[in-house]
Amino acid sequence: MLTRLAPAVAIALLAGPVLFGLFGTALPAFGYLPALGGDAFSIDAFRALATQPGLSRSVALSLLTGLASSIIAVAIVALLTAAWSGTRAFTVMRHLISPLLAVPHAAAAFGLAFMIAPSGFLARLFSPWATGWTRPPDWLIVNDPLGLSLVAGLVVKEVPFILLVTLAALPLMRAAETLHVAQGLGHGRIAGFLLTVWPQVYRQIRLAVFAVVAFATSVVDVAAILGPTTPAPLSVRLVEWMADPDLAMRFMASAGALLQLGVTLTALAIWIALERLAAGIARAIASRGMRFSRDAAARNAALGVSLASMAVVAGGLLVLALWSVAGLWQFPDALPTKLVVKTWVDTAPRIVDPLWSTILAASFATIVAVVLAVLCLVRELETGKTGGTRALLFIYLPLLMPQAAFLFGLQFLFLSAGVTPGLVAVSFAHLVFVLPYVFLSLSDPWRAFDRRYEAVAAGLGKSPRATGLRVRLPMLLPAILTAAAVGFAVSVGQYLPTLLIGAGRVPTITTEAVALASGGNRRVIGVYAFLQMLLPFLGFALATGLPALLFANRRAMRA
Amino acid sequence: MTGEGLVLERVRIALGTRELLSLDANVQPGAVLTVMGPAGSGKSSLLAFLGGFLDPAFTASGSAFVGGVEITALDASLRRAGILFQDPLLFPHMSVGGNLLFALSPSVRGRAARRERAEAALADIGLDGMFERDPATLSGGQKARVALARVLLAEPRLLLLDEPFSKLDTQLRQQVRELVFARAEARRLPVVLVTHDEADATAAGGRLVTIGD
Repeated sequence: MLTRLAPAVAIALLAGPVLFGLFGTALPAFGYLPALGGDAFSIDAFRALATQPGLSRSVALSLLTGLASSIIAVAIVALLTAAWSGTRAFTVMRHLISPLLAVPHAAAAFGLAFMIAPSGFLARLFSPWATGWTRPPDWLIVNDPLGLSLVAGLVVKEVPFILLVTLAALPLMRAAETLHVAQGLGHGRIAGFLLTVWPQVYRQIRLAVFAVVAFATSVVDVAAILGPTTPAPLSVRLVEWMADPDLAMRFMASAGALLQLGVTLTALAIWIALERLAAGIARAIASRGMRFSRDAAARNAALGVSLASMAVVAGGLLVLALWSVAGLWQFPDALPTKLVVKTWVDTAPRIVDPLWSTILAASFATIVAVVLAVLCLVRELETGKTGGTRALLFIYLPLLMPQAAFLFGLQFLFLSAGVTPGLVAVSFAHLVFVLPYVFLSLSDPWRAFDRRYEAVAAGLGKSPRATGLRVRLPMLLPAILTAAAVGFAVSVGQYLPTLLIGAGRVPTITTEAVALASGGNRRVIGVYAFLQMLLPFLGFALATGLPALLFANRRAMRA
Repeated sequence: MTGEGLVLERVRIALGTRELLSLDANVQPGAVLTVMGPAGSGKSSLLAFLGGFLDPAFTASGSAFVGGVEITALDASLRRAGILFQDPLLFPHMSVGGNLLFALSPSVRGRAARRERAEAALADIGLDGMFERDPATLSGGQKARVALARVLLAEPRLLLLDEPFSKLDTQLRQQVRELVFARAEARRLPVVLVTHDEADATAAGGRLVTIGD
């Protein structure tokens, strides 16, 4: 009974908020929102939007930084996988990159900013002995008008994600054999892989890449921390309009959210055109028999670039942690003169509530998502059918839409329906984004389960229910806990859903951290960003520690 | 339908329009029916049909009776068709003893009594004192023997063997094979063996059915 309902509930949870939300955004965009005195349809909101200074530049920034970061991230993953998959170096690289996936976007963005800013760690490291600087140079690196820092910040967070989905798809191909055939024909490793294996891999990860493009063109928190300010990318300005005390601005903000939807859809259309172009180029290269057999330099470059960018982010995260306990730390000093707990003590009273909200919302969303995902997967076993491509589209739906486009409307709908903005509403909003990741993370190990174990248990006289509870679930417990840790990390990192659905009244560690960005108090930012990293880390530690404890004497359960 | 052993009546299994096998058979208690055929001939589908876990992609008709009971009319978990695969498939999250207790009927009551039965089963296959061991730490031959003890503890009506010796090395293969057949005979269990190894078929004695090309 429960399992029969689960897929319907999951689809309603994924598609409902998106569809109703879009509708709820479209109404005020066209002038209709009785609660705010809009009772006639008009296009005034779009007229007002068009008169905003720098609007076209904001649109261009969102579109171009999003596309550029996605192209770079996909290229890095494709090159890295092509050049190194199946080697020891690749395994090491994978272990280095995967933890970055759990770091919330805002924390990674702060980490990057703390490294590359004119007064950041890199400048300190080389000053004054190499640069001669005794004061930070007057350069605009973070928040640069072209959005280069923003692109960099997006790339370092997108690479781990794309790499992870690529690694999940790779075993489905006969990658090693195919590559050996190509190499036997005289192709270089990179060309051989990109021409033969990569097209199949890409077909598998395409929806995830679309989600990256959609995210990168509409992200708010990273853009607010690293992006240009005069003008800011469209996504950031939307949120400012939405937060304007003048409620009439909400009509324009809604119109802007629809514009954002247009920007993201345009980016996806351009992306599809780029896919065609790349496929055409690959065909031309392949049919001309070009082999690119000497690619050692390119292979080393791929590894070098990946290592360097990961080192910058990892270093940045350490610098964040260091700032939170730094005493006096004047410019060219590479390290603070002493370490103090003052910042932590001072901020502690302000941290407790947001920390508690963060943990509660994340726990609620994660538990509901894991239960739903398991029930859906049990249903899949009962019917013997996976939902196929259509189900996958539903799962990706919330990730393929700009968050603002439907969260604005969802907020209006919640307000009209008398839903009090609070922790419960925020948790449900998080669930919309947590569920896809939990499901995607759990479905592969779940489907890979060796069903002969169930045949054995049935032969021993066990009912399907007993087999599920005593064989399948315990054996999959490590995978279930990992999926839960992924879900927890996703919830901790949510910025816009928390801000909008909580109507600013449910501060979490993430919303507080982003709000501090403009203030520039590095010590306090360090505290919040450190907590942002710590929570997902604790989640993953629990997910690996618990099975190790429960199955202490069971070697095969820890493989 | 009567008869003590396993009776297969007009069993036909097809994949799409391709008929894989069509079989009538009578396997006496303690006797072995051997099914041979090349990889991909669908020989394992017979075991899946008898065990109740045939993939819906196959279509099957006919019935199987054991001791007069039509097992193909029952749910998989009520058929008590004990199965051994190529891999021992010991549950990795349970101890060796846990695997055995899982199989032992709940009608054996009391912690001590149940443990005693499991220990006795271990002693019977020469693995005394292995109750608390992690299955992952056993050798290949030990795992195969625990899998046999596990399936016998559930008091099966018949044994289904899906190339259960093929992953063992030659010497071990013979030992385990003899052990399995000896136990099946002692318990008077009808056995269906699927294999591509001639030596298995010879050791099994009994009727040999070859399917596929």
